[in-house]
Amino acid sequence: MDAIAVEGLRKRYGQVQALDGVTFRVREGEVYGLLGPNGAGKSTTTRVCVTLTRPDEGRASVAGHDVVREAKQVRGAIGYIPQASGVDREATARENLTLQGRVQGLRGPVLTGRVDELLETFGLADAADRQVRGYSGGMKRRLDVALGLVHRPRVLFLDEPTTGLDPEARAAMWEELEHLAGRENLTILLTTHYLEEADRLADRLAIVSRGRVVVEGTAEELKRELRGEAVNVELADGRIDDARSAVAALDAVLETTVDGRTLRARVENGGRAVPGILSTLDGEGIPIASVTLARPSLDDVYLHFTGRDFRTEDGGA
Amino acid sequence: MPVALSQSYYMLVRQARNLLREPIWIALLLIQPMVWLLLYSQLFKRVTELGGFGTSSYVDFFLPGVVVMNAFFAGTWAGMSMVTDLDRGVIERFLATPARRSSLVSSQLMRAALQAAIQGLILLVVGYAIGARVAAGLLGWLVILGTAMLVAAGFAGVSHGVALLTRKEATMIAVANFIGLPLMFLSTILIARAVIPGWMQTGSKFNPVDWGVRAARGPALPGTDWASVAGHLGLLTAFVAATGAFATWAFRAYQRTL
Repeated sequence: MDAIAVEGLRKRYGQVQALDGVTFRVREGEVYGLLGPNGAGKSTTTRVCVTLTRPDEGRASVAGHDVVREAKQVRGAIGYIPQASGVDREATARENLTLQGRVQGLRGPVLTGRVDELLETFGLADAADRQVRGYSGGMKRRLDVALGLVHRPRVLFLDEPTTGLDPEARAAMWEELEHLAGRENLTILLTTHYLEEADRLADRLAIVSRGRVVVEGTAEELKRELRGEAVNVELADGRIDDARSAVAALDAVLETTVDGRTLRARVENGGRAVPGILSTLDGEGIPIASVTLARPSLDDVYLHFTGRDFRTEDGGA
Repeated sequence: MPVALSQSYYMLVRQARNLLREPIWIALLLIQPMVWLLLYSQLFKRVTELGGFGTSSYVDFFLPGVVVMNAFFAGTWAGMSMVTDLDRGVIERFLATPARRSSLVSSQLMRAALQAAIQGLILLVVGYAIGARVAAGLLGWLVILGTAMLVAAGFAGVSHGVALLTRKEATMIAVANFIGLPLMFLSTILIARAVIPGWMQTGSKFNPVDWGVRAARGPALPGTDWASVAGHLGLLTAFVAATGAFATWAFRAYQRTL
């Protein structure tokens, strides 16, 4: 049975068509990633699945229950970790977890035992009785995840779990999530605008753009769909825009993207394209630090399927 | 305990804990009513000579009024905590759980009532220290505090309704200021009904703040008209039910915007 089945979801806010027919299915036990820039419709899709938002059209069922008609059953079966935390900052971690457990129907020693276990698992035992407002960003985010897990849900929704975390806290969170993903019977829907995160955590992923799923598959499948290779040219100086326009003009080059000082060109055949790229840059008088050839990354996949550069669409973040 | 009740209780525990964890707020919020109680009662000491106050001690007359005034302000500002919870995503987190929607609203109103009761008790004790006496004794204190809780909960309903519809602190402040002073002056908090202009007497009849003043002042002064006290407590209960319904409706309206 599918843990999540979403079909033809549409939602409009004023002039903005947030969802324009989102459709996908997630199998039980799977980690499924919704990948896309801010405003693509990932969060709205998640919010429909967790019963917060009513869709204008379409259907969604989670853990076998319709999110509109059987909202109550859905709420008891899911854990939701929203993008904007939602912890009570004036309360302690223990108090937050205890209240969350109570509204999910846990009582007595079962509840206290579960709270202790989660505090331990998420490395919050030492800080358990301190007010959350003194926590670091990473600690707060770990508490968010613990809150979503208190009643052992069957389906977990993680809305941008690592946005705003520093690299160290992000790496720690990824380890926690990989550990969670390994659990049997736990289905995870993860939204992210980090390609690396989707690549690392998701069994399958969908790229969402302008309220629709534009492509779906495993990270490998998506990369395989792109013919050719990526040529990465690291420049010795900063004339990246000149370099990009010169290289983009070559017939052999299908697409170009820029990452700092590195120019990435997708080509049919790396071996044949590289000499042309190098001589073009040489002709422009742009010195090169290094050249590498690689299989396409999710960046290239994203660009290919949405026709837009992931980074620029995301406001350069 | 039925689920709805036990959930309201747990939500109230959260509210009360956060309230009591910052006792400084209770103290800061008491500064203004304290100034009224300690200075205004002295400044207007001789106003009872005008007659119609039912007592010659202005502080006896004024004390229940101050307790109700404080409860009124506690209620009108109560929605600020809803704005904070909405901003921080606390409400959304609970909305994705089986938590009763009604408990999210009712616990907020009960917190305002609790705050008004705690502050009211402090005001009554300070009033006692400066010589104010409640004619009906302990029962009088209980009626005054019960009235304060109803006034606070009723205006907290209005405040939360506005908070849920606008979700902006600036609007909340504007509304609180807009209704605050007019409703206070269109009541008998400060002065006896007999000496205010006729149109203000008429206006005060429709003012829930004045219902509270009449319910609280009854047992504070000699010759208590208990039927009038009960009647005004009844009106206040209806007011709480009405504004609670408004806040619940506003909560549904807010949910529809998600």
